[in-house]
Amino acid sequence: MARVVVDVMPKPEILDPQGKAVLGALPRLGFDLVTDVRQGKRFELQVDGEITDAVLAEIDKVAETLLSNPVIEDYEVHVEDHSVSEVAHEAGRA
Amino acid sequence: MKVGVVTFPGSLDDVDARRAVSIGGNEAVALWHGDEDLKGVDAVVLPGGFSYGDYLRCGAISRFAPVMTSVVEAAGAGMPVLGICNGFQILCESHLLPGALIRNDHRKFVCRDQRLRIERVDTPWTSAYAAGAEVTIVLKNGEGGFVADEPTLDRLEGEGLVVARYLDDNPNGSLRDIAGISNERGNVVGLMPHPEHAVEDLTGPGTDGLGFFTSLVERAFA
Repeated sequence: MARVVVDVMPKPEILDPQGKAVLGALPRLGFDLVTDVRQGKRFELQVDGEITDAVLAEIDKVAETLLSNPVIEDYEVHVEDHSVSEVAHEAGRA
Repeated sequence: MKVGVVTFPGSLDDVDARRAVSIGGNEAVALWHGDEDLKGVDAVVLPGGFSYGDYLRCGAISRFAPVMTSVVEAAGAGMPVLGICNGFQILCESHLLPGALIRNDHRKFVCRDQRLRIERVDTPWTSAYAAGAEVTIVLKNGEGGFVADEPTLDRLEGEGLVVARYLDDNPNGSLRDIAGISNERGNVVGLMPHPEHAVEDLTGPGTDGLGFFTSLVERAFA
């Protein structure tokens, strides 16, 4: 089974109240290095068989049609071997 | 006129909207999100609420409900469509109206009586109002901030497509204080505040919202 990841982020000019809330919390917790936070969404999509150009073209359509709203969000489609939970497991966090 | 009110999973204000339609002198018809049949209605209201739990984005999943295929087609043919709150979000996600609605800039849910100015009165939903009328109706939203790029905002203003604007305090960070907009033709109107909660003296801040539901009648007999 193959995995395609779609990342969706608010456009730079769109206000991101959630990201601002996170940014505001960091200094209170003693984290001083972060200068900006934008909050988006990550979608892990599984597809049968190999990831071909046709598959990626369809995922791109999915991202444009449903997963993002092009008025306020940008998206990026990329192929990844590992899910976040697999990476976390290998790192001993889960 | 027969006015359909769509119920989506998670709609909250469909019953109030049907009641407001009746008080406004029209026949309310319940429509179901999973049914493409508009039951011969002359106009459609998309009510407020949290359809599909606001999953993904507000209105993003409702946009693909079977009933919306018919609503989009009918709107294109000129049928009056009013989207209130979540309904406004659905109209934007359906691309029947430009722009989008994002989380309130102050990050809190807001619920209050809101003063508005009605600016476009040649639509089937607002013809009962005098141009520039100042009204007070209920506002309640968590994601009511209207945003669009500058050229779109300029076009909305330049072509007179702003239907209602917030007076006094801007409650949610909406750009240019925009509370409601219409398409060019005027048959599709989206509004963040809730006129259906301001149609009787017994509840709510008064009856200033009634005009949104009597306009259709005045039009029918005009």
